[in-house]
Amino acid sequence: MSRSRWSPLIQAVLLVNAVLVLAPMVIMGLSAFKTTQEIFQNPIGLPASWRLDNFSRVWVQAHFAQYFRNSVVVTVASIIIIVAFGAMAGYALGRFRFKGNDLLYLYFLSGLMLPIRLGIIPLFILMRDLGLLNTHWALILIYAASGLPSAVFILTGFFRTLPSDLDSAARIDGAGEWLIFRRIMLPLVRPAVVIVAIYNFIPVWNDFFFPLVFIQSDRLKTVPLGMTAFFGQYYTDWATLFAGLTLAALPVIALYVLLSQHFIRGLTAGAVKG
Amino acid sequence: MRARRRLWLLVFLGPATLLFAVFITYPILSSLAFSLYGWEGIARRGFVGLHNFARLFSTFPYSELLVNAFWHNVIVFAVTMLVQNVIALGLAVLLARSVWGTQFYRVVFFLPVTLSLVIVGFLWALFLNPVFGIVNKLLTSAGLAVLARPWLGDSQTALLTLTLINAWRWLGFPTIVFLAGINAVPDDYLEAARLDGAGEWEVFRRIIFPLLAPAITIIVLLTFIGSFNWFELPYVVQGVSGGPNRSTDVLSLMFYRMAFGEVDTGLQDIGIGSAIAVLMFILMVTVSAVGAVFLRRREVELA
Repeated sequence: MSRSRWSPLIQAVLLVNAVLVLAPMVIMGLSAFKTTQEIFQNPIGLPASWRLDNFSRVWVQAHFAQYFRNSVVVTVASIIIIVAFGAMAGYALGRFRFKGNDLLYLYFLSGLMLPIRLGIIPLFILMRDLGLLNTHWALILIYAASGLPSAVFILTGFFRTLPSDLDSAARIDGAGEWLIFRRIMLPLVRPAVVIVAIYNFIPVWNDFFFPLVFIQSDRLKTVPLGMTAFFGQYYTDWATLFAGLTLAALPVIALYVLLSQHFIRGLTAGAVKG
Repeated sequence: MRARRRLWLLVFLGPATLLFAVFITYPILSSLAFSLYGWEGIARRGFVGLHNFARLFSTFPYSELLVNAFWHNVIVFAVTMLVQNVIALGLAVLLARSVWGTQFYRVVFFLPVTLSLVIVGFLWALFLNPVFGIVNKLLTSAGLAVLARPWLGDSQTALLTLTLINAWRWLGFPTIVFLAGINAVPDDYLEAARLDGAGEWEVFRRIIFPLLAPAITIIVLLTFIGSFNWFELPYVVQGVSGGPNRSTDVLSLMFYRMAFGEVDTGLQDIGIGSAIAVLMFILMVTVSAVGAVFLRRREVELA
């Protein structure tokens, strides 16, 4: 069989790919335990001792604890709004027939293609007029709004596939609309809710552009923006820099390794079905 | 009853529609309008028609900067297509086969895509540091000291280096899309072709590749949008001016400088910035629309 004849070659190429992916991350992680001098003299090998003081310096002195708290607050709030508003809109669009249904659905979908960053000047002025500049609300609102198109797309699709007698039966039994949505329909689309949450997690957690424009105070910065301040401040102190990079990368890497199957399904949901 | 139903529709659809209208639709439409007004700092003055576009296309330094940045976006797109997406296709074909360790490889290849571009940019900037960076050190110890250079500091190599860093970060994404496409090819097609004596290359070229057409169109489209929106990596690694010597300047950086001002020159021009936004907008909407039509036509062929 050709399968066994090609296997060693396939194995070799995949191994090279894994090394190219992992080597930079492993070197980053190992360097985080070294001193700057050690990094320069011995960039690849294991650290002489597994010291943690680089990490504690980053966590406390370089305000990473604060940046992480800000990133968590902004990301969690954005995703809750995306899931809640997206599910409500997806439910109405997927289960109700009304005039303008298709048009409204297309209106939301248009957001999948439009790059919102090109509207940053009016958005900046709008946030200023609303008094939201330099607050987490500016970030939460723009992330929630730009996450809605994919959420509406995915959730409307899921709601449509549910059998139609489910909600009619509940309605005949006299259940209220909110109860039908919250207690009967929403639990049935839980897999889609997970997909929406994961699909939005990476871009929101990693975003750098909107904090760059909206946030000035150091105490409000999210991890990606805080990183730039941190790099400016410690640029000769490579040990601290590598510890900062490692610490910033750790949460997403851990989450991905734990949930890789969900991640892959969630992240391709838009592209493959789109 | 009817009124109640209408009320519920409002409850369910209201919040999402309002949020989307205020924070997405309104800013995008206003930015189109903004390009038609004169500006003093962040204060809007009178209607000037297409004057901002005329200034952008024909006055120094805007027209030179625009052309320079535009070609850099084109180069980023071309190199990303040729390097990143071609490798991704090959990698997806290999990942679709079952060899020892496949489970491991199918998790690892996607890892960099989860990292923030700020982390990726700073990490590679340290690796590529001309004096202390690991890349030049490895080249030197491998006897290839002639190849060692300031990769990001030399205007000859900076853009290409940055594009390759970008490819390292993104490679997993087209790979996963192609992998999903390959996994959707029915096994009997492949079995039948192999039984008929088709070699591996022929199976790929005649069966897998044509069936991947929709996935490929999507990736070309997303690569185009990504390349013409390129901002984080050049900003983080090379700064807002697209250094050295504007060799990594791209449209988004130029747009950002016009909108929010450049630190060293103090130049800010919202009229010009809005005009650039409109041009980028038209470019992306046109290409997306053409791509969508193309995609649908190919899907019909498959059915």
